[in-house]
Amino acid sequence: MDKSKIRNFSIIAHIDHGKSTLADRMLEETQSVALRDMENQILDNMELERERGITIKAHAVTLGYTAKSGEEYIFNLIDTPGHVDFNYEVSRSLAACEGAVLVVDSSQGIEAQTLANTYLAIDAGLEILPVLNKIDLPSADPERVVHEIEDIIGIPAEDAPRISAKTGLNIGEVMERIVTDIPAPAGDDNKPLQALIFDSYYDAYKGVIVYVRIKEGKVKSGDTIKMMATGAEFDVVECGYMQATSLLPKNELCAGEVGYITASIKDVRLTQVGDTVTLAENPATEPLAGYRAVQQMVFCGIYPADGAHYSDLRDALEKLQLNDASLTYEAETSIALGFGFRCGFLGLLHMEIIQERLEREYNLDLVTTAPSVVYHIRLTNGEELSIDNPTNYPDPTLIAGAEEPIADAHIYSPAEYVGNIMELCQERRGTFITMDYLDTDRVDIHYHLPLNEIIYDFFDALKSRSRGYASFDYELKGYVQSKLEKLDIMINGEVVDALSFIVHAEKAYPRARKMVEKLKENIPRQLFEIPIQACIGGKIIARETVKALRKDVLAKCYGGDITRKKKLLEKQKEGKKRMRQIGSVEVPQEAFMSVLKLDE
Amino acid sequence: MIYIHVPFCDSKCPYCDFFSLPADESKIDEYAKAVTAQMEEYKSGNIEAQTVYFGGGTPSIIGAKRLAELLKGASQVFRVSETAEITVEVNPTFVDYPFFRALREAGVNRISMGMQSAIDSELKRLGRRHSKADVESAVRAAQRTGFENISLDIMLGLPDSSTESLNESIGFAASLGIQHISSYMLKLEENTPFYGMNLNLPDDEGTAEQYLFCVEELGKQGFGQYEISNFSKPGFESRHNLIYWHDEEYLGFGPSAHSFYKGRRFYCPRDMSAFLRGEKIDDGEGGSFEEFVMLGLRLSEGITRKSCEARFANGGTLYDTLLERSEALIHGTKNPQRMFTADKNRICLTPEGFLLSNTIISKLLP
Repeated sequence: MDKSKIRNFSIIAHIDHGKSTLADRMLEETQSVALRDMENQILDNMELERERGITIKAHAVTLGYTAKSGEEYIFNLIDTPGHVDFNYEVSRSLAACEGAVLVVDSSQGIEAQTLANTYLAIDAGLEILPVLNKIDLPSADPERVVHEIEDIIGIPAEDAPRISAKTGLNIGEVMERIVTDIPAPAGDDNKPLQALIFDSYYDAYKGVIVYVRIKEGKVKSGDTIKMMATGAEFDVVECGYMQATSLLPKNELCAGEVGYITASIKDVRLTQVGDTVTLAENPATEPLAGYRAVQQMVFCGIYPADGAHYSDLRDALEKLQLNDASLTYEAETSIALGFGFRCGFLGLLHMEIIQERLEREYNLDLVTTAPSVVYHIRLTNGEELSIDNPTNYPDPTLIAGAEEPIADAHIYSPAEYVGNIMELCQERRGTFITMDYLDTDRVDIHYHLPLNEIIYDFFDALKSRSRGYASFDYELKGYVQSKLEKLDIMINGEVVDALSFIVHAEKAYPRARKMVEKLKENIPRQLFEIPIQACIGGKIIARETVKALRKDVLAKCYGGDITRKKKLLEKQKEGKKRMRQIGSVEVPQEAFMSVLKLDE
Repeated sequence: MIYIHVPFCDSKCPYCDFFSLPADESKIDEYAKAVTAQMEEYKSGNIEAQTVYFGGGTPSIIGAKRLAELLKGASQVFRVSETAEITVEVNPTFVDYPFFRALREAGVNRISMGMQSAIDSELKRLGRRHSKADVESAVRAAQRTGFENISLDIMLGLPDSSTESLNESIGFAASLGIQHISSYMLKLEENTPFYGMNLNLPDDEGTAEQYLFCVEELGKQGFGQYEISNFSKPGFESRHNLIYWHDEEYLGFGPSAHSFYKGRRFYCPRDMSAFLRGEKIDDGEGGSFEEFVMLGLRLSEGITRKSCEARFANGGTLYDTLLERSEALIHGTKNPQRMFTADKNRICLTPEGFLLSNTIISKLLP
């Protein structure tokens, strides 16, 4: 393969700015997918990805493109995940490329996410090719957006292709610019193999399919490969190109190429994103730079709504983990919720995605507990603990000090919502850093926010206070000293472990107040009065009461219609199944879920 | 035990979701013929009927003559005993001495009248076309023809009602020298005009208060409670209704009428033409222990070990399991004696418990 004819690139865009639509047009342009197989946004093949319009997993596809000059090119399009939770994955995908197509909605301009990923791409030394999308919209203002790109990102954008991915306008220009603007890969086929893993997924027949970019050397079937970080060795069964709807086996993959390797690998955790694949004989002396072990930032308990489905939940998590090495889970038991799992996620969106996939793809009804970040606790005896579960929170008298994680956050918003947003950030214990006007109307608000304030419902609150216009991006900055407390909830005098959480001392009272109010709203009246109390270390700081039920009777029985009564009874019993028994109180699933959204 | 549903009304009350149609003469004829014909299908069954009950709708609207014919039809198919309880539901409007006399002559011996309230403003609010005075003259007329078993309906929890207005209705009913009172709480049913209307209804607390007041006041007047919504002078409990609560079998005729026969439950759809075609919808097996408990706990006498043993081969064990669950509920609930009692012979609800009977029963059944 002539390396000068290869172009490796990714597409960077904010949600809804048209990344996947552009990718679809490229597939069409290169006739990589038969028209009859063409489904909108073919690269986002998870149902959830199509629905949310975001890319959750990286995808890659090799396209054959005949340039206007008549020369044949190989395009490797690597579609990156589009969210901060997957920043590291994005950085590895970008490291597999020489260039990035930056898609900006010409009516909306640059958003927080775009900028974050563009900086990642610039840091990785990628050539940026800006493209203005949606110029067919009446509200398009490409000139303004050109200036935005030039001012904020600092790259020339005057001659950026003005396209409509939706209608297909000027897609050809983008294709030509990829040829002329994005450099061909370098690399030496004769050096020891260094292949960067940028994704992998599990196939029931072939085992793990590892997506790689060959940086140096080459690999072919029969080679014994070695993962440099995990040390695992495998014999290559097959390698080749990823096509839009299938895999195309090849004899070998050479430096500069993007493709897949299969080697009967059973565990996706042995093929970590960012790791370097080399050959067991004649290995590379150094791995490629930039590898990082996965680190979970957010944890929560996940329980089946019906305890009988525990093993289904376990099987589902097992299956999800086959394709997602960044998800962790371990069995835990709650007095209130029974058997379930403590799960670790890269971030909030990752958590939501896993929950949604469990519910939709595996048809599970779930109860989740409040998400928690990882706190650092120093004990009086000098011991240091990392706590991500309120259940493991030590006795306060043994604690010498505590630290909580802080996020470096940027919020992009139209100027009119600045007041609302700053108020929200102050409420969430944010520290104001700077505010920059991107243009006359758009503002970049920079805050340091405690991560535990973000993980509850910050995103929802931000959306509602900016009418959906604000975008938000954060990364972990580090840990700071903090005053923390563990808050417990008692229902009818019994502590409900699943409702305990760790909170900043300042926020304990308002949180407690809202929690008991939400619980009161969501716990139905029962045969007796139920006190709901919030307490810290045995001291009650908030209380509400669910009054006793007064009337629940079917007074009349009509013409011997026993069935109606039976149905009512069945319904009541069915409802009872979905209830959690806390002592003699029945607590519905919704009550557990309601405390996760306190800002409503 | 024969139930005949007469699905005709002079007008539709805005709270009522029972099946009824305008009283059209030709429709009534068609209907009456079909009832008689459908009864005849049971001729070979040699079924004894301890009770016959004409419910509605407004049975009185089809006139004494037709009611007598239907009853005669029933007597030709079923063995209606000399001592059978034969009830006709009537509306206080348009019933008079000749009407009651004709019913008596036909063999009817019990009248159930939809009084609902003795406060005229409340009656108006309910869309009823009768007044307190109409009730009085109707009851007197029935009594003059010899009826000695008369029941009145009283509704609780009406718009703008209070224990005071309820007290007035109860006092009035008792003063008429009747034998039985059914006292139902108004329930807003979907698909009725009342549903979604801005009515000044008492809240659950207020309705509960009225209910408990009603139980107490009727007791004072000599009407003992024997079921959640039914009260009577001693010996005047409705035998027909007791059949339902004792989970015994019955046959129902007419649209929307339910039956429980030879172990199966089935019913006719709420639809006149479906009824005329003789359509029946199977409703599964009847007579399970669950059903027995669900219905039995509506009665003041509750469920007894004896009744369980008499009804089910493993009745004693079933009773013990129920008792265990009752004791657990009593144990886990604060001050439950207020709601029900359970010992080795009997499990029964108190009036406070009746108010919460759906919840309690669902907790007692696994």
